Amino acid sequence: MSLLGIVIPYWGQSLLRVLGGTVAVLLPAGTIVYLFLFKMMSFMQSRLGPMEAGPYGSMQLFAEVGKWLQKEDIIPERADRTIFKVAPLIVLVSTFLLVAVVPFGPDAYFTNFDAGVFYMLAVSSVSVLGILVAGWASANKYSLLGGLRAAGQLIAYELPMVLAVIGVVIQAGTMNLQLIVNEQNAGSMFGWDGLGNPYILTQFVGFGVFMIAVQAELTQTPFDMPIAESELVSGYMTEYSGFRFLIFFIAEFATAGVFALIASVLFLGGWGVPFSWFSWHSIADVDDWMNVVGPLIMFTKMMALVFVIMWVRFTYPRFREDQLQRFAWKALIPISLLNIMVTAILKVAF
Amino acid sequence: MPMKPKVPGLFKGLGVTLNTMMTTVTKGANTVQYPHEKEAPPIRARGVIALHEGNCTSCMLCARSCPDWCIYIEGHKELAPPRRAGGAPRKVNKLDRFDIDYALCMYCGICVEVCPFDALFWSPEYEYSEPRIADLLHDKSKLGEWMETVPEAPELEAGADKKGKK
Repeated sequence: MSLLGIVIPYWGQSLLRVLGGTVAVLLPAGTIVYLFLFKMMSFMQSRLGPMEAGPYGSMQLFAEVGKWLQKEDIIPERADRTIFKVAPLIVLVSTFLLVAVVPFGPDAYFTNFDAGVFYMLAVSSVSVLGILVAGWASANKYSLLGGLRAAGQLIAYELPMVLAVIGVVIQAGTMNLQLIVNEQNAGSMFGWDGLGNPYILTQFVGFGVFMIAVQAELTQTPFDMPIAESELVSGYMTEYSGFRFLIFFIAEFATAGVFALIASVLFLGGWGVPFSWFSWHSIADVDDWMNVVGPLIMFTKMMALVFVIMWVRFTYPRFREDQLQRFAWKALIPISLLNIMVTAILKVAF
Repeated sequence: MPMKPKVPGLFKGLGVTLNTMMTTVTKGANTVQYPHEKEAPPIRARGVIALHEGNCTSCMLCARSCPDWCIYIEGHKELAPPRRAGGAPRKVNKLDRFDIDYALCMYCGICVEVCPFDALFWSPEYEYSEPRIADLLHDKSKLGEWMETVPEAPELEAGADKKGKK
């Protein structure tokens, strides 16, 4: 592999990928927390948010991390100590596993394998285990209830997410995320290839269902029944303090970033620009500089999608538990099944 | 109960938050950055209770009507020279101690209402928090200092009876 003319040996590539993975998880998480959670939420409530730490509160993130790191690491007496300690890590690791399949450029990917979509959907449900285990190991009835709610919700919304992605997979004819990017950017709409063929135009139903399901998977506000702080005292996170809580917190927003990355790969054309602009025909033709520009494009698209996720989060009040389940099983799943049927019929017809 | 999403309302809600964000970015927030800029409280705000010592007769009405017993009064009687020559010396109540414990006070204002001699007043000052809770016990000299911050009483309404000596 060569990047900008420099040939990188295998160990160098591995190092780059590990570093890149860490950056791809932590940088969006930090940006999302500062830009959206601290600032955008405040502006939407007509206040300024943190202003004291650094110019416009830009160092607030470090202050918060420092605060959490110096807090006592409390483990309840009756808690299952080992599992209690491991649970936040399970949640965080699932985020790192998720980012492994996201392509950031023609060569800037962590792995490039054919069952990428399948792997992504499988790994994204690992975090459910972490949350359920965290709720159970805390030996606290609020945590247990929160954990059970989380499990019920995440499983309920896993299905519409899977089904929404199937539409994309049918249209692209591949489960490889890199090839899905290729299909979108090399594609054409009725013979016009000026914009490629981003699947948000054909799979808009799938995109809507996917984004709603992502909102629920992230337990962001209209779907934050599991951590409902006014009734469950933050659910499965009740007993966590200090850096274990911090890990849960980072995982929540890092996963928001990674899901936004995946949504932009599946529906918005990923790292690519429409290939016709530079008269490329497939990934093999794409110039090396896209390895640098690609991540920036991905970052922009991710920010746009996270903006929507957070905007919805800061606008709507919380669903009731039964409404939440009914919405998944009675509205989203039938809609996404219908979407699959229509996509399949159109795919065969054309 | 079937769930019918109120679609226009959902989008209207998104519009409200977006509009608020835009106005905050362009015109500034509704909030005040407190330690740097201060909001002027309303003139009749219940900030702190001030004591006009000269008016106090240590009648204890305020201390007895205080719901959480945060007023401490001690006094003694003194003989003052008579008003007219040849008269008997007057007995005057002298105030030894008048403390209000602002750690207990709940700012109901009953003491101010109940005082028959206009010795207690509301002042809109509010910045008297202390690192030590015991320092929230304001003695009569400190309560007297608050008198400077008491705003002028508003004019009586036209035609109102002014009570007291002419």
